[in-house]
Amino acid sequence: MDFTLTEEQRAIRETARDFAEREFRPQAARWDEERIFPVDALRQAAALGFAGIYVREDVGGSGLGRFDAALIFEELAAGCVSTAAYLSIHNMAAWMIDRFGNEAQRRRFLPKLASMAHFASYCLTEPGAGSDAASLKSRAVRHGDQYVIDGAKAFISGGGASDIYVCMLRTGGEGPKGISCILVEKGTPGLSFGKPEKKLGWNSQPTSMVLFENCRVPVTNRLGEEGDGFKIAMMGLDGGRINIAACSLGGGRASLEASQRYLGERTQFGKKLAEFQALQFRLADMATELEAARLMVWRAAAGLDAGDPEATLHCAMAKRFATDAGFAVCNEALQLHGGYGYLKDFPVERHLRDVRVHQILEGTNEIMRVIIARRLLAQTDRRS
Amino acid sequence: MKILVPVKRVVDYNVKVRVKTDGTGVETAGVKMSMNPFDEIAVEEAVRLKEKGIATEIVAVSLGVAQCAETIRTALAMGADRGILVETDAELQPLAVAKLLAAIAKTEQPGLIILGKQAIDDDMSATGQMLAALLGWPQGTFASKVAIEGETITVTREVDGGLETVALALPAVVTTDLRLNEPRYASLPNIMKARKKPIVTMSPAELGVDPAPRLTVVSVAEPPKRKAGAKVASVAELVAKLRNEAKVI
Repeated sequence: MDFTLTEEQRAIRETARDFAEREFRPQAARWDEERIFPVDALRQAAALGFAGIYVREDVGGSGLGRFDAALIFEELAAGCVSTAAYLSIHNMAAWMIDRFGNEAQRRRFLPKLASMAHFASYCLTEPGAGSDAASLKSRAVRHGDQYVIDGAKAFISGGGASDIYVCMLRTGGEGPKGISCILVEKGTPGLSFGKPEKKLGWNSQPTSMVLFENCRVPVTNRLGEEGDGFKIAMMGLDGGRINIAACSLGGGRASLEASQRYLGERTQFGKKLAEFQALQFRLADMATELEAARLMVWRAAAGLDAGDPEATLHCAMAKRFATDAGFAVCNEALQLHGGYGYLKDFPVERHLRDVRVHQILEGTNEIMRVIIARRLLAQTDRRS
Repeated sequence: MKILVPVKRVVDYNVKVRVKTDGTGVETAGVKMSMNPFDEIAVEEAVRLKEKGIATEIVAVSLGVAQCAETIRTALAMGADRGILVETDAELQPLAVAKLLAAIAKTEQPGLIILGKQAIDDDMSATGQMLAALLGWPQGTFASKVAIEGETITVTREVDGGLETVALALPAVVTTDLRLNEPRYASLPNIMKARKKPIVTMSPAELGVDPAPRLTVVSVAEPPKRKAGAKVASVAELVAKLRNEAKVI
């Protein structure tokens, strides 16, 4: 087992780090405070290939893998968790079109998504269907060569701002097999949005409900076959979970680095905080937790790249562990900063607010445990 | 026109530099290394000249240990076409570097050599000037603007008194100052493409150059730690101290 990054991987990571330090970090506090969706910075990221990281090159993607993406999202999130996380969702949606779309769909949608001329959103959750996603009720009824869509999607990242909505809709009977994946373009009559939600964090990206009322789209907007939608959605989420986990690593690492600086600067009882062993130990534990999480994320990402049949399990484990570790490290960093950590003058409280939602979305960490336990019980050996 | 861009591998500008305990130099073991920022500006300028259709080929050259190939790869990812690595573990001083580059220039026949005005590790600011002298080419150092028209390159130089503009006949040597341009980030597809671009490795001996140091480093020491300042009670006291103790007014 070799944990050494290749020269290209190191170059990719460097580029993402330099870019995030210069283009995201200095602005992140303002984006958060003023709830700015940083379109220009996102398009700049797209120009470097960050909007279609694992989309094929013939439609403008970068043609890289999930492991590369994990390296990139940790670095981008160290600059701005919220913006990096939106970019990760955009990448997931673009990948779904690349992987499950036909040639006409790939050529129609992906070049504009790769350059971020268009932004994408992923629409699965509904007001009444969260963890139990397969119970979703929004319906697409076929009339000739059109689907007529009625229903509502909730908590949609990019809602109102995005141009392409990758929607999981019921075209058949109950349960996961009755769901299809259909692309809805902004401007389609009958598509509207709820008011922007007010949130604890993730303020550099809008979140809203996406509403369908007699919304008609051509049948050619469907990805894959009727009934494939839930499978497509879940496969998208395997990679999405890695990306979100990597965003937690970035937020955690930025908080750890802020703590390292702060402990070296702050003096109490006549000594630098860095000289108190109790605090040194906490710093050591924070770094160790993050490193453990990073190894799990890397392993799961490498599994997805290699087509490992257990990749879903490892993605769930990595997502659960890394998003918990990321939040714990931010929280610890806030404590180490004392009263200053609670102020918006320091970045730690923003990292904490931003990574908190990673324990909830792309499947809650409770659902991650469901996935893990289901796999464990399915493989229990009869001899034991 | 072919452009030669020498690029140096140095301790990254973000690293807090530490002096080796025996005082022989700066600690580089386990330290992040990257391309000299002034050389990045030189690569960027070369790529822009190629994008304008003035340059046809960009050759990045680095001299030193095997890992200098990574520095060349960075230049290739930014847009250089191929690389030359002169590999040696020996300590390279500006005169040796200038001689090696002159030897390469004789075979490559570039129309322009553009490089950083200095490297951020030893701050010698000597290689470009020595190289121009060895080749007998005109030099435009500390460039904040360059423009090529026909066989002439016009270089705006940042000098103490302001800006000086010189016109040089090509081929020429130009060294870059901070304000010449802002280097681009290498995009992901270009990082991957750089992997396929060729890098030729050669030795100083093949170029017929003896790179042995001509200067001896006596000792390397950290600058003295800044001492705490003093507080003054009034403006009058401050003025008195500035006049009588610091003797600056």
